[in-house]
Amino acid sequence: MSKFSVSEKKAASLEESLLDNLQVATQDKDQLTEEEIAALGADLFEVVPYDEEEAERTGYSNYSYWGSTVRMFFKNKTAMLMLLILALMLVFTYIQPLLPNQKDPTWCHWDENGMPLADIQPNSEFWFGTNNIGQDIWSNMWEGTRNSLFIGFAVAMINAVVGIIVGMIWGYIRQLDFILTEVYNVLSNIPSTIILILATYVMSPSITSLIIAMCVTGWMGMARFIRNLTLMIRDRDFNLASRCLGTPTHRVIMKNLLPQMVSVIMLRLALAIPGAIGSEAFMAYIGLGLPATIPSLGSLANAGRQYMMLPSMRYQLIIPCIFLSVITICFYIVGNAFADASDPRNHV
Amino acid sequence: MLKYALGRIGRSMITIVIIIAVVFSLLRLMPIEGYFSNFDKLSPEEIKNGLEKLGLNDPLPVQLMNFFKQLLSGDFGISYKFRRNVPITEFIGPMAMTSAKFGLLSMGVSLPLGMALGAMMSRKKNGIWDRLGNLYIVIIQAVPNAVYFLMIQTYGTQLLGCSMLYREGQPLTMVMPILSMALPSISSYAMWLRRYMVDETNKDYIKLARAKGVPNTTIWFRHVFRNSVVPMVNQIPGSLLLTISGSIYVESLYGINGLGGLLVSAIKLQDNSLVQLLVLIFSILGIIGLLLGDLLMAAVDPRISFTKKGGSR
Repeated sequence: MSKFSVSEKKAASLEESLLDNLQVATQDKDQLTEEEIAALGADLFEVVPYDEEEAERTGYSNYSYWGSTVRMFFKNKTAMLMLLILALMLVFTYIQPLLPNQKDPTWCHWDENGMPLADIQPNSEFWFGTNNIGQDIWSNMWEGTRNSLFIGFAVAMINAVVGIIVGMIWGYIRQLDFILTEVYNVLSNIPSTIILILATYVMSPSITSLIIAMCVTGWMGMARFIRNLTLMIRDRDFNLASRCLGTPTHRVIMKNLLPQMVSVIMLRLALAIPGAIGSEAFMAYIGLGLPATIPSLGSLANAGRQYMMLPSMRYQLIIPCIFLSVITICFYIVGNAFADASDPRNHV
Repeated sequence: MLKYALGRIGRSMITIVIIIAVVFSLLRLMPIEGYFSNFDKLSPEEIKNGLEKLGLNDPLPVQLMNFFKQLLSGDFGISYKFRRNVPITEFIGPMAMTSAKFGLLSMGVSLPLGMALGAMMSRKKNGIWDRLGNLYIVIIQAVPNAVYFLMIQTYGTQLLGCSMLYREGQPLTMVMPILSMALPSISSYAMWLRRYMVDETNKDYIKLARAKGVPNTTIWFRHVFRNSVVPMVNQIPGSLLLTISGSIYVESLYGINGLGGLLVSAIKLQDNSLVQLLVLIFSILGIIGLLLGDLLMAAVDPRISFTKKGGSR
């Protein structure tokens, strides 16, 4: 045996283990005593009828894609922690108004002389201080977080579902390519500001009108993204093989195309939620956001921006920014971890 | 491919007409109060005359036909609100050039830097570059733009010892606006390139190439990088052309007289002819960008084809 041959070493170790097994097997006796025979259960001797399904099943491993993805994801401790933080934040936004001694977020507080309690630094009465018209920032923050998370989830989900379906069809079905390209060109070039102004004009500004205005054109980005990914793998050989075998289009899309994109879709989805929160902040910045009675993280951060230069007032900017940052970081890390976990090549 | 491109350009003409018609009609749904600064004090006659002067009393199809005739004769209209009664073409050109200057410079910085960062990050997963890059991306994503732009402006200009606002002819004042615009795009280029490259490295043919003893650099540049850059290449011409639309935050912070906030403020002022012209310009550029992006994608990856071949979908 040569010193460096890997294959010979391997063969030798296999041989050894086989010999061990053989020895163990020969030590087992075939002959049983009377008592041992009596101890065996009667069910061992029943004839099992032939089951076709059962016979087929043994041919496959019990690998499940989503099961493995979730298992890989659970292994990532940081991502789990972030998911937990997000869940706790979400739950707390609903619990907070029910707790005792909480203040109404829209109520402007006054002292006994009738002066507004404006710009109070954080203290035991107002945990996060008050803003420039004397509203309690602590209760505003939680109300705003709830609204922002709701807007983020709603917009991201609607955009993702519509975008993925349209994007797949757009990319895969050649006959529809030119129609959808032109629809994209029309819709993506209508300024969202016009839609937003018209939506608030027709429906009166509210969370619903904001979500509708953000979704009317928002799904286009996702659709184009999916379309580009589909174009790349549309004409690969495995799709050609599927078509030759007569696989229906919807099955090709669901089984051949979609699983290849899960990782990028997940990352994109995880970023879409903070993205929607951010674009709500942008709308607050250009003065088209939610009305002043409905707080949101965007409008709170925007209101705090004017105090950037005053160190004593800076808490009004820093608190909303911390909330925004925590939410974004959590989603980013969870999304990246899920994208890594969803790659079947990383599965064991 | 040429036939495909020409066909798409032909169809795009129709699309642009549709876009203009849609935006034109949407603008006519705007409340009429918005056309006057002192609506409450005006008598019904004055309102009627004012609308007549803006040509808003005709039925919608007539207005639309008039507008197209006006466009074809090369008259791009007059701004009524943004600059009182000034032909739009007089002020829009220089503004677009300013925005394009900043946009192109920041893209020139962010594209190579972002690509380099993304490639470095994917080279060794969980290595030092990956960790640093991820930290940078998370920070950029997490802190709202408006906040760190403001911080860059205050502390960055202090560091450089120049004025906080952009002054023409002082190149030093351009550094901070360009940096602010480049930072987020560096992070997004790096993030996506890393994602695509990591996915590509895990593929079986790369393992085969490794096993065959193909040098690492060849694997990296010829296989991994080239395959991962395909989905990104589609966006580049579009973002290159749309640099003229500017950045609304940066331009308002540094007092840059560009196109950044012009569309939003024109819509809010209900300066219809200005809105229509801006939408026309942006949509033409956007459509050309999309077409160039598709062609570039097909050029980088010869497997992608827009023309029907045997067996293709």
